[in-house]
Amino acid sequence: MDKSFSYLEELGSSRNELIKALQMIQNREGYVSDDGIRAAAEHFSLSAADVEGVLTFYAQFKRNKPGKYEINICDGTACHIKGAPLIQEWISAELGIKDGETTSDGVFSLCVVACLGCCSLAPVMAVNGKVYGQLDRKKLIKILNEYRKKEA
Amino acid sequence: MAEIKRIKIGAASCGLAAGAGEVVTAFRALDLSYPVVETGCIGHCYAEPIVEVELTDGSSIFYSHVKGDEKNVNDILALGEENRFTVSAERQKLEKLMVTRLAGRIDPKDMEEYKANGGFSSLAKAFEMGSEAVIENMKKSGLRGRGGAGFSTGMKWGFLAAKKDTEKIMICNADEGDPGAFMDRSLMESVPFQVLEGMLIGAFATGASRLFIYCRAEYPLAIKHLKIAIDKICEAKLNLFPGRDKALEIVIKEGAGAFVCGEETAMIASLEGRRGQPRFRPPFPTDRGWNSFPTSINNVETFANVPVVLADVDAFTALGTPGNTGTKIFALAGDLKYPGLVEVPMGVTLADIVYTIGGAEKGAVKAVQTGGPSGGCIPAEEFGARVDYDSLKALGAIVGSGGLIIIGNDRCMVETARYFLDFTHRESCGKCTFCRVGTMRMYETMERIVAGKGVPEDIDFLEDLGQKIRKGSLCALGQTAPNPVLSTLRYFRHEYEAHVVDKYCPAKVCPALSDVAVEETKCIKCNLCRKGCPVGAISSDIKVDNSKCTRCNSCIEICPKKAISRVKKGTGFDSSK
Repeated sequence: MDKSFSYLEELGSSRNELIKALQMIQNREGYVSDDGIRAAAEHFSLSAADVEGVLTFYAQFKRNKPGKYEINICDGTACHIKGAPLIQEWISAELGIKDGETTSDGVFSLCVVACLGCCSLAPVMAVNGKVYGQLDRKKLIKILNEYRKKEA
Repeated sequence: MAEIKRIKIGAASCGLAAGAGEVVTAFRALDLSYPVVETGCIGHCYAEPIVEVELTDGSSIFYSHVKGDEKNVNDILALGEENRFTVSAERQKLEKLMVTRLAGRIDPKDMEEYKANGGFSSLAKAFEMGSEAVIENMKKSGLRGRGGAGFSTGMKWGFLAAKKDTEKIMICNADEGDPGAFMDRSLMESVPFQVLEGMLIGAFATGASRLFIYCRAEYPLAIKHLKIAIDKICEAKLNLFPGRDKALEIVIKEGAGAFVCGEETAMIASLEGRRGQPRFRPPFPTDRGWNSFPTSINNVETFANVPVVLADVDAFTALGTPGNTGTKIFALAGDLKYPGLVEVPMGVTLADIVYTIGGAEKGAVKAVQTGGPSGGCIPAEEFGARVDYDSLKALGAIVGSGGLIIIGNDRCMVETARYFLDFTHRESCGKCTFCRVGTMRMYETMERIVAGKGVPEDIDFLEDLGQKIRKGSLCALGQTAPNPVLSTLRYFRHEYEAHVVDKYCPAKVCPALSDVAVEETKCIKCNLCRKGCPVGAISSDIKVDNSKCTRCNSCIEICPKKAISRVKKGTGFDSSK
């Protein structure tokens, strides 16, 4: 097996751990590459197609490399009613990327997710896990600019 | 005079999102002589960040909307009067804090504090009374699964306990996927020991030897707190039951983002490392579950109820209504004043929850959506209904996991239903044709209607297809997916008719059926709207170009004279309304 995936050894060989393995790969690489799929398949003695089949079933897994700052927009019920689609539009207009895409400089990626569980602060988004609530356009642009400043 | 004994800061996800982290840092920086602890959530999300000052005389003072600045912090340390937080007497009268009694009041990571507040006494009681008596008590309590289906917990455990000579599995369903529900997250973050005590009691009663907690990966804080709690439980050997030679294995499994995995057979498939697709039942999981071992799956809130039930069964059955005993935690969100969590006895009315507890204005609400995307909407005229499994079902909705989304008068019910279908059609696992293709066709029809391209026949089509999807789907996801459309058709048919016949959105929400217009007699040409418009749709003489406008409402919100509003498509102010 590809040595860079040797951490899979700690999981044991039972198929029960397949999702955990894919999560470990994604945690380390930020996404699951073709090499990652092959390594998991080899480790559990499954076909690569079987592994890919499981992977594509779950929304959490990414097959594309994400940006340095991952923006997750919550589109749960409360956020949707409070204007999540607008937040998405504004971010898309500002950064030029759509759901699932990464900016060409690799700084931001955008992902619309189901409920983040902070419904009372709707509409919310999370940047690398940090949650921002009660968003409006002004607040949103300010947050994006702060991250941009960090990169400049 | 009483002095400060301890400062408690609500630092569950909702508190942290509101800025509790900065508040914690500010208090900790002061090097106080008493402890500053991070607690969980007391349910009043609208007031976050919340700080509780515990006094030496046993009383507490709460502060809401706390900021981490010097003035605010000093004010609190001086027990100032500003920003004190109280719960209205009317709300207190309705609330009954049983399961959430300790939530937000204790340090979630401190096992000793949980014990000092009666924690693990129900587990000890269970050991004393023996496994059969525990199950008898659970049956007697009438506790029904809090995940949505409402099946008797005692009976489920009875089925599992009856299996002999095999390894048995118990799973905690913490894959809270309903948008708008967050009680499970709050319980895991705030009282992880209580959830685990319920699981330990379940494992003892049923003879299960392996426990899984299947938790959404989107809940990192819940997972962190559960991990800490599990470590401490194992260290104290509470997972080694009297008479057993092997300690119980407790494992957290992180979900990977599939709503359907809340269904028990799909969850089992996922735990086996497969695609999370449900399968036909029977065999039920208690006969054939995880890797073919008999398995019982219960919800987080159900487990959190267990220690409460065992502590005093009679007190539990005294609450609620016959057949719907105990309390239920509801998550309130949407168009109301006090979003958050509330625990009330089963059988209070929707009006109690929406108006008295939620603070929604009477007359400003047109419906409430219960049970998330699987549930249905209930119109304001029916708010006298009691909230329990059976009454809501009669109205075409469900209790579900307990999410309540309050929908204000200015929302479009057709658009709301479209949104729920957008969610379910994407989450369909694809196994059953009616769910896979049917929800897609329903969704496309709804898209057409909100885009102003609907025809009157669409309404009959939606009704017919909805019934067929209900009948033709294997699991609850498909069986309930048409609910939002069918229930809005039942109570808000006129809104659908307005969309398809008159090409008019009564709430003026649907962009394709509404324009934004400036009422010239009110406009003072202050240009605020023009500067605020993100797409430059407002001209220098303050006219809105509706072909550019994205209906974002920025101008409507910013206008000091309330001169801008939504109007029926193609009409200005003279001919509107």
